[in-house]
Amino acid sequence: MDKTKKKFDFSKYMALIALIILVIGITIMNPQFIAPNNLLNLLRQASVNALIAFGMTFVILTAGIDLSVGSILAFTGAIIATLILGGTPAWLAGLIGLALGAVLGAVNGLFITWGKVTPFIATLATMTIWRGATYVFTGGNPVTGGKMNTSFFFQFIGQGYLFGIPFPVIITLVAFIICFILLHKTAFGRKTFALGGNEKAAFIAGVKTKKVLIIIYTISGLLAALAGFILTSRLGSAQPDAGMSYEMDAIASTVIGGASLAGGKGRMSGTLVGALLIASLSNGMNLLGINSFYQQIVKGVVILIAVMIDSQTRKDSE
Amino acid sequence: MKIEMTGIEKAFGTNKVLQGVNFDVESGEVHALMGENGAGKSTLMNILTGLLKKDAGSIKVDGQETTYASALDAEHHGISFIHQEMNNFPQMSVIDNMFLNKEIKNKIGLMNQRKMKKQAKSYLDQLGSHINVDNKIADLSVGEQQMVEIAKSLMTDAKFIIMDEPTAALTENETNILFKTIRDLKKKGVGFIYISHRMEELWKICDRVTVMRDGISVNTYRTQDVKEEQIVHDMVGRDIGDYYPKRNPDLGPVALKAEKLSGNKFTDISFEVHEGEILGFSGLMGAGRTETMRALFGIDKLKSGKIYLHGKEIKFKDPNDAIKHGIGFLTEDRKSEGLVLDQSLEDNIALPSIDGFRKRLLIDQKSEDEMVNMLMKRLTVKAQSAKVSASSLSGGNQQKVVLAKWVGSGSRILILDEPTRGVDVGAKKEIYELMNQLTARHVAIIMISSDLPEVLSMSDRIEVLYEGKQMGIIDAKGATQEQVMKLATGGK
Repeated sequence: MDKTKKKFDFSKYMALIALIILVIGITIMNPQFIAPNNLLNLLRQASVNALIAFGMTFVILTAGIDLSVGSILAFTGAIIATLILGGTPAWLAGLIGLALGAVLGAVNGLFITWGKVTPFIATLATMTIWRGATYVFTGGNPVTGGKMNTSFFFQFIGQGYLFGIPFPVIITLVAFIICFILLHKTAFGRKTFALGGNEKAAFIAGVKTKKVLIIIYTISGLLAALAGFILTSRLGSAQPDAGMSYEMDAIASTVIGGASLAGGKGRMSGTLVGALLIASLSNGMNLLGINSFYQQIVKGVVILIAVMIDSQTRKDSE
Repeated sequence: MKIEMTGIEKAFGTNKVLQGVNFDVESGEVHALMGENGAGKSTLMNILTGLLKKDAGSIKVDGQETTYASALDAEHHGISFIHQEMNNFPQMSVIDNMFLNKEIKNKIGLMNQRKMKKQAKSYLDQLGSHINVDNKIADLSVGEQQMVEIAKSLMTDAKFIIMDEPTAALTENETNILFKTIRDLKKKGVGFIYISHRMEELWKICDRVTVMRDGISVNTYRTQDVKEEQIVHDMVGRDIGDYYPKRNPDLGPVALKAEKLSGNKFTDISFEVHEGEILGFSGLMGAGRTETMRALFGIDKLKSGKIYLHGKEIKFKDPNDAIKHGIGFLTEDRKSEGLVLDQSLEDNIALPSIDGFRKRLLIDQKSEDEMVNMLMKRLTVKAQSAKVSASSLSGGNQQKVVLAKWVGSGSRILILDEPTRGVDVGAKKEIYELMNQLTARHVAIIMISSDLPEVLSMSDRIEVLYEGKQMGIIDAKGATQEQVMKLATGGK
């Protein structure tokens, strides 16, 4: 008991240590990596994945999973772009897109709670459905041009700068602070942890488990739509195959950040570090001129190592 | 063939579960083992069949000292154990279950389905059972599943069959079929060890009975020479002493009244509990006590019946609703339902009242800390701090943490399901004292307990359930363990 308390809790900072090592390593090989411009670029690249991963953290804490985030991103992105093309003001189109994302997330939650479908299957199904809907809706073509090229608000979301910082980075930072507070400082967050740690005990202690789950999947859908808005703006077009396999990067960020797929364990700050680590990896390897095919292999290996070290250190502390 | 067990002892840590048990069984007889929950019946059988190692004593089979290395070893020597929770595979067929690990293979290693089917049928025919052996186990009734288990015993050429409460889930008709099968097998020389909670079965099917209590074998009788009263007396006969703190009940008005509650595993249960009262719920395992309370609290579905809270009719749609109305529920199994083990004591204790700690949108950490520390002091929870995980505490302290949850949520009616199970003696007494403190503050307590002395000493009145039905409510004052046990085993 005493020993574990005094011992430095390595597992808690493992992802951060790995990130620092990675940054130092890449910098040694190519000092350009820590040039301010590249770092800002890296942060902007990280933002879409980070936003999705914040939502995924809530989901994974409840021992669930949300595979549909990439499809929700694509679908809401296509809707936003189409609305803007049709003359809807960009801010309203964005708002509608976010609301739609929240609804799609809530639908996942309803299938999982009232429909009693396991999260993996429910979101696998909706992943396919919304991807299909995106293709049907767009006819398989990118949605682009028209007012999307002229709306300042629309372009600012993904391409703008505020105080020299890319606007998506600022959105991500604000989202992080809100999610952090929600998870670690509110009754809702406490219920999320309790639900993930022991659903039966939480229910008997008065946690409305179904309600909490529905809200969590709603948050996940909302954040995926926000990521979709940013991505559409950054690219200046909505691609029907946007966000493909983004759920995997989000899950990886969350897990690298110390969350357990068994539920009840994870931190928002860990997820942020996880997202930064994944972004640094791709950015760094690009700088070093490593073929993108190899990058995937490296990413997979990093995930395996991170989770292995985590589960080993946890076993030791037990 | 004859099995003789003498002076069997077994301890788990410091807990002496068996302290010198004598038991013997011969071919062609049915020997019953009776005793309260926790008397040591299952432990004894697990020792006989090699699942557990004995600390002392001897087991002789036909005069030869014998120790089986494992359940499989015991099975090879003709002793098979049919557990109450049958170890079958519901999604597999009867044949596949019967031949699991004993598959008949042909020359190239594939299973010989036809031969297996033929054999499975012939074993079941011997039992007079005509189950379709291609059916999934899940599609069979409990009685049919039991037949499959017995057929499995026959396959291993069992000389002795141990049955743990075989009739617990059977209908009357299925019970009769089972008894007929037992009688037939008896004639063929098979011996039975029959664990049961049902008194009347002793005279229906058993030749001898051994009564166990607190890890000793009290007496062995021929069933034809003994009366029910004697058995009940042997099952409960111990002194209570002044282990339980005294209290002066100061009863207020009726806090909660239940009228003819029915649901899964219980029918027409009625009771009322007053402010400041402890209402005991007695009965054997599976009597429907826990199920009744779970439905009342909104965890499971209530099929029918009415609940009145302070005279007003009400129905709790979920635990959240019940908690809001001042009800608390300490569940039977604190590890799987009472605690979030990996989380801190603080998180656990504050959970039912977490919505009350809001300051604007956030949790007011300071007032939460204060309440948790106050509760931990009041309930004398022994822990380094409120930040350690619940899993690091002993059983007694964990139980106090669960109690702290419900005291903290301001429960006016507290349901305690086996509040002292797996709790050491010192903590037990502290829990009793806390119960008395609470009733002194007019909290109403419903206590489910399988511990007879506890029920008799702590309760004001006792409701006894048997197989989901209400057997009666008795005044605890002047009531005897025999009285309660008789009702709890279905006697009139």
